[in-house]
Amino acid sequence: MPFMPVKFNLQKRVKLAQGLWMIYWLSVIVGILLFSLGIFFKIELRKRSEMMDNNESHLVPNLLILVGLLACGVNAFGGKVCHDSLDPIKFAKWKPMLKPFLLLCCGFNALLLLTALLCFLMQFAVYLTLAEGLKNSIKFYKDTDTPGRCFMKRTLDLTQIEFRCCGNNNFRDWFEVQWISNRYLDMSNDLVKDRVLSNVEGKYLMDSVPFSCCNPGSPRPCIQHHLTNNSAHYDYDHRIEELNIWTRGCREALFSYFSSMMTSIGVLIIATIILESVDMAGLKYLTTALETMEDPENPECESDGWLLEKGVKETFGDLLAKLKTLGKTNQVVEGGDSVSIL
Amino acid sequence: MVVMKMKFPFEKRVKLAQGLWLLSWCATVAGAFTFSLGCILKTELRRRAEVMDNSDVHVVPNTLMIVGLASLGINYFASKVCQDALDAGRFPRWKKMLKPYFAVSCFFTVLMLLAVIMSYAMKGSLESSLKVGLRNGIRFYKDTDTPGRCFQKQNIDRLQMEFQCCGNTDFKDWFEFQWISNRYLDFSSKEVKDRIKSNVDGRYLVDGVPFSCCNPSSPRPCIQSQLTNDSAHYNYEYQTEELNIYLRGCREALVNYYMGLMNTIGAGVLSVFLLQASVLVSLRFLQTAMEAVEGNENTEIETEGYLLEKSVKETVMEYINPVMKFLMLKNQVEEGTPGNPEIPTDVNVKPGLF
Repeated sequence: MPFMPVKFNLQKRVKLAQGLWMIYWLSVIVGILLFSLGIFFKIELRKRSEMMDNNESHLVPNLLILVGLLACGVNAFGGKVCHDSLDPIKFAKWKPMLKPFLLLCCGFNALLLLTALLCFLMQFAVYLTLAEGLKNSIKFYKDTDTPGRCFMKRTLDLTQIEFRCCGNNNFRDWFEVQWISNRYLDMSNDLVKDRVLSNVEGKYLMDSVPFSCCNPGSPRPCIQHHLTNNSAHYDYDHRIEELNIWTRGCREALFSYFSSMMTSIGVLIIATIILESVDMAGLKYLTTALETMEDPENPECESDGWLLEKGVKETFGDLLAKLKTLGKTNQVVEGGDSVSIL
Repeated sequence: MVVMKMKFPFEKRVKLAQGLWLLSWCATVAGAFTFSLGCILKTELRRRAEVMDNSDVHVVPNTLMIVGLASLGINYFASKVCQDALDAGRFPRWKKMLKPYFAVSCFFTVLMLLAVIMSYAMKGSLESSLKVGLRNGIRFYKDTDTPGRCFQKQNIDRLQMEFQCCGNTDFKDWFEFQWISNRYLDFSSKEVKDRIKSNVDGRYLVDGVPFSCCNPSSPRPCIQSQLTNDSAHYNYEYQTEELNIYLRGCREALVNYYMGLMNTIGAGVLSVFLLQASVLVSLRFLQTAMEAVEGNENTEIETEGYLLEKSVKETVMEYINPVMKFLMLKNQVEEGTPGNPEIPTDVNVKPGLF
């Protein structure tokens, strides 16, 4: 007993072929969209790779690019088959390829599901990479004369300005590292000598932040230095001051940016999976409807279409049996041809 | 004396009509493109409206938008006409409308060219508008508590960071204005009192700049205050320091940005102008070639097409005379039949008005 049978006359077959052709081309456009989103994501990761210590994982964008290209190819082929389906001569040459094509579509759907899963799970990896990378960025902020780290200062400043954030967790991260290079410190000055001697590692620590932490929305000119010292500035209380510098940490800012990007890509992939399933079901109905025409010469005869030839349980049973016999290739099959399960 | 006569056999007429149909649809798309370019330019000018004193330069995007819309209509009409051109039965109904149509479309095409010329000529006006606007921006930087000027500080800060510039002409403009509000100055401090007494207007002037002037590419942390005092900072020399703050003035940065934008748009609009002009010329040739076919049984004869029936001067006078008559600048005496605009008018000027 076929699974979900539908009766088809000529009009219905023609409508199905036309509708399916349009859906396939829509799927091609979605494939192009996935490809371009993959490229966009890859570029964004590259742009911020200095903040992530250059060891961020490019698995998700690479997979997206691959999936986008595959989607374009598979759906374009499907569209071509639909286009030729109502002409029996042209359709005859596509007939033998249809079963492997449907299996390929199944595999492609599984790949899409895997990509969607990765989009949601890899966000944790991005978070951890960001935490580690930003910590090192702040540490190497002053090394503008070390080859390989010359532009760390510039990149971190521009990131803090663009994402409106300061430091790793918050602005106090800047109090824990020396972010002024020794080249610009007057070591003969008593104040400097006191500060350097005041901690074990001999670092020049201050309660100040770089200029890129300043908030342009503050009504007063930016206070960067002596942030915890209320008496150093007129009419200033560091506990209630809110608008002076950015209070959000860069890890949170960058993570929310990437996380929203990855979530929306994941949602788009799930929509693509649904679209691909609709494509597969439509193609299955169309091919079975064309195959079961009683009188191939008369195009106006009625035919049946279905999703599976037998019920779901029987099909799975047949599939399992076939998988078992795959291992035993030496077995001689007596009698009729092997039964097709799809 | 006919201007630019050309022979048109039947084949050539058919090709002209088909080519013109395609060309007019391309020109319609180009008209929509011009309109969108005008919208883009207007949006960009509006974004920085706070640092511009007047909106004289807005005439360029406004003209582009008007011309874009008009060109949509003109080219759509042209495509309709050439669709009917080869059908001798349907073509005559367009005949009456073609003369005013050509007048209107020539006017808008010339307007398009004017818009391109204006986009290059408006540089001086833009620069003077920015000079005044930026000066006011710097002057009112500190007034974050005055209604209407609360966001001046934020706008100037973001402008300086985005365009990588400092001050009006250069960073020294910040030395001439008090950019720290009195609310944040400790008037009981001796240093503050000295500074205020040191100038006639009683302003607190410093040789410092806001943080938005800082250049992130500098290898050392930003030096914003006491810029002219070498001894205030270790290993610092005011005369040779280049990367510390942005040296470019915001006026120069903004003028360069807008002139670059207008030059690109001008080049695009110029090509649209050439396309539009070719559509009009082709339509004129098609019209004159088809007019000679009219009345003939055999539609496949060879005809002549031309641009203007008379010389340029006479044609221009022909168009201007009805307008002048309407404005009553000329007194015309006409005997017998009412004035036929096709024949050259003999003007009898009665003394009186002039």
